[in-house]
Amino acid sequence: MSTWRKPLTKAEPVARRWCVHVLPERCKGCSFCIEFCPRKALESSSQLNSKGYRPPRLIEGATCVGCNFCAMICPDFAIYSGPEVGDGK
Amino acid sequence: MEMKETHPIDDLIRTDRIPHIWCSGCGIGIAVHCFLNAIRKSGIPPKNFAVVSGIGCSGRVAGYVKLDSFHTTHGRPIPFAVGLKLANDRLKVVVFSGDGDLIAIGGNHFIHAARRNVDITVICVNNFNYGMTGGQAAPTTPVRARTSTTPYGNFEFPFNLAYLAAGSGAVYVSRWTTLHAKQLEDSMLEALGKKGFTFVEAISPCPTLYNRMNKLGTALDFMKFCKEHSVIRHGADPKTANIDLRGDIVVGRFVNVERPTFTDFLEEGLAQGLPHRKALLDEERKEFEHE
Ligand code: SF4
Ligand code: SF4
Ligand code: SF4
Repeated sequence: MSTWRKPLTKAEPVARRWCVHVLPERCKGCSFCIEFCPRKALESSSQLNSKGYRPPRLIEGATCVGCNFCAMICPDFAIYSGPEVGDGK
Repeated sequence: MEMKETHPIDDLIRTDRIPHIWCSGCGIGIAVHCFLNAIRKSGIPPKNFAVVSGIGCSGRVAGYVKLDSFHTTHGRPIPFAVGLKLANDRLKVVVFSGDGDLIAIGGNHFIHAARRNVDITVICVNNFNYGMTGGQAAPTTPVRARTSTTPYGNFEFPFNLAYLAAGSGAVYVSRWTTLHAKQLEDSMLEALGKKGFTFVEAISPCPTLYNRMNKLGTALDFMKFCKEHSVIRHGADPKTANIDLRGDIVVGRFVNVERPTFTDFLEEGLAQGLPHRKALLDEERKEFEHE
């Protein structure tokens, strides 16, 4: 007999999809968010903002887990994460 | 670009003044963000807060938070805050300033407010020098460190702020680096929720001056250093909780005790000696609550 317990509610766990929002004009390019993202999901973008800094962007194909650490560590209130638009869970 | 985009913290900052003046990689902005998050989590209405800053880079905080805030003269945010608290003890009064302001010119105010256990929270961003005026030595500058006024190295021993606060009578003392954003936020939340003189120290990089003059690398290098060399020791004796920028930084919550506050004694004294004044005070309070 299997000792494996069956969950009472059998709903499929759904993974939320997250995305990062950047306010490019606020960024001062310190790269804290890029360095300390636990998923290493960010990189400098190729575009300069008007002050000459390269704001971060999500790496193609990388997964943001929505931990929001980038927002906490950003000294310039320039980045945060949130549920992906259209992800109405 | 997308100037209209907003940030979730925008309702608590004066967005018309953003971007702020702080240098790229300066930790003050992180400490402010932690503070605003803590305010939100505290559930206390923002209108009940009063934020007081002095002079210096961290002294600019009062100008960026969308709360009742006051930018006072050099070293004097604590007496200003004590006045606010005594005039209206329903306010949550927070002093947010730097080490040069709070501990050098304002050092006496600091120790006496802690001694009296006035019910205020003091958040001190410590970057080991006077940033705004050009990187002069402060009472927090480590011995042998180079600053613009100590080109041959600092000959003085620095204050250990946590030890100073605890020794003077603070009921809550903690220290984190700006890398520890989550812990810093939690610590601020704890301090805000506690009665009495509470003190939170935030170790921050000053890449433009202190870190550059001491060859500590970029702000990012300093943050990496904090990651590798911070030792969390809750409940550690603040006397032994050292900050060694070439060794380890001891962080954590060092003190969390209970002690009657200045207001407690004041009310007790008033009730016994001047009961009519006490009645007046109680009435004023009721009015404030109804506002
Ligand atoms: S929310 Fe977390 S995982 Fe997503 S980009 Fe920011 S730090 Fe990385
Ligand atoms: S932490 Fe903020 S300011 Fe620094 S690079 Fe990231 S978005 Fe820009
Ligand atoms: S001078 Fe130092 S403390 Fe002042 S804003 Fe620049 S980095 Fe921050």
